[in-house]
Amino acid sequence: MKSHVHTLAEKGFRLDNRKFDEYRPVKVEYSPLENAEGSARVTMGKTVVLAGVKMEVGTPFPDTPDDGVLMVNSELLPLANPDFESGPPSIEAIELSRVVDRGIRESGTIDTKKLCIKKGEKVWMVLLDIYPMNDDGNLFDAAALAGIAALQDAKLPEYKDEKVDYTKKTSKGIPLSKVPVECTVVKIDNHLFIDPSREEEKAADARLTIATIGKQLCAMQKGGDQALTDKEIEEMVDLAVKKTEELRKLLKK
Amino acid sequence: MVKRIDGRKFDELRKMEAKVGVIPNAAGSAMFKIGKTTAIAAVYGPRDFQAYLQNPEVGVLRCNYNMISFSSGGERVRPGPSRRSREISLVTEKALLPAVDLSAFPNAVVDVYVELINTDAGTRCAGISAAAMALADAGIPMRDLVSAVSAGKFKGDFIADLNYEEDSAEEGVDFPIAMMPRTGAITLMQMDGIVEKDDIKEFMKIGKKACEKVYEVQKKALREKYGK
Repeated sequence: MKSHVHTLAEKGFRLDNRKFDEYRPVKVEYSPLENAEGSARVTMGKTVVLAGVKMEVGTPFPDTPDDGVLMVNSELLPLANPDFESGPPSIEAIELSRVVDRGIRESGTIDTKKLCIKKGEKVWMVLLDIYPMNDDGNLFDAAALAGIAALQDAKLPEYKDEKVDYTKKTSKGIPLSKVPVECTVVKIDNHLFIDPSREEEKAADARLTIATIGKQLCAMQKGGDQALTDKEIEEMVDLAVKKTEELRKLLKK
Repeated sequence: MVKRIDGRKFDELRKMEAKVGVIPNAAGSAMFKIGKTTAIAAVYGPRDFQAYLQNPEVGVLRCNYNMISFSSGGERVRPGPSRRSREISLVTEKALLPAVDLSAFPNAVVDVYVELINTDAGTRCAGISAAAMALADAGIPMRDLVSAVSAGKFKGDFIADLNYEEDSAEEGVDFPIAMMPRTGAITLMQMDGIVEKDDIKEFMKIGKKACEKVYEVQKKALREKYGK
């Protein structure tokens, strides 16, 4: 059964009267929380996502003994959406965190060498957690935006005598060289549009999430049950490059 | 007069802030902040749930308390339930139950999700205060609101609303209570530390007075959304 999302799209409209290539109002707030080493809150229409960074000192992976470690995790709290259930992370939560993770990791924005304290023994671990507080669709874009903003906001705590002192934040941030941003384009019948609401997401045939660093792309993820054509993929990529440029303006340089 | 570590008077609460309707998806929601401790509560329901858990006589109230992973001032909190969070979920539920009219929603469940986004002691009480407002915001029939705060003893003085340093001090006493403000009935009571039997009266006196102050903030936030 086709929903009114399809009927409207056929006539060139969306439920909330937006253009196909228009984001809902987007807002990025830095440091909404005091305890996290870095935090950000992103509002995209009625979708609200909170991201936070905790820094810990740990052992590096044996194959990268002088690289700091990035870990991205997200939880779909039942507080944010009546369809989310309590319990271990759902497959949707895992996909969300992995897509955000790849956007950041593959962009190469974090200079992990600078997070090394002692080669083979001690490195900084950047623990980025993402929590939707209200899900009205497009968690991918909101989560990626909140994630990079929280990383930009983070300040390392003091590390002295092999101990992290969380009561003292230093002026040193996480070394970042780029600003990866993600844009998700959905396909409904033969129409493409961005920033789907929850209702539009349910009606979508397919989606493509594209992470960019300026003109270059650094990660992608296709989702949804239907296939995409070459032409559609090209259009989606063009759209994402254009729209991520807009989102990037909301972030610190 | 001797004051506390953070300069407060003995019966003075940290700065409070409350807001109703913070989660648009939920039937009711609220934020309650006291000092650096911030709790967000969302209520979903009354809604259908597993048949074997349903009760045709009365509805069911389910509460879940959780600290998000970057809420703490120390290391990251591992996601998922812990023994601590499960116990707090239980006492939160019991603290709210006497105020909720379960007969209004037989066979259904009301879910209360409490998330602590930033913590500095007093999280269970902040969670209960937020949850009570969220239930009221959801229009769940209630006999009263529930207001919670911890009383305590630090270096011999009876105090209200412990901060982290006071709470974690070895000789300190933590005495969290929740109260239905109209009747003064107590719905949460826990205590950690060594006290004299006669001290209980003092804890109750300072604790109840503190709950009254929480109640004022809760009422004000509800009035802001619903008028007089």
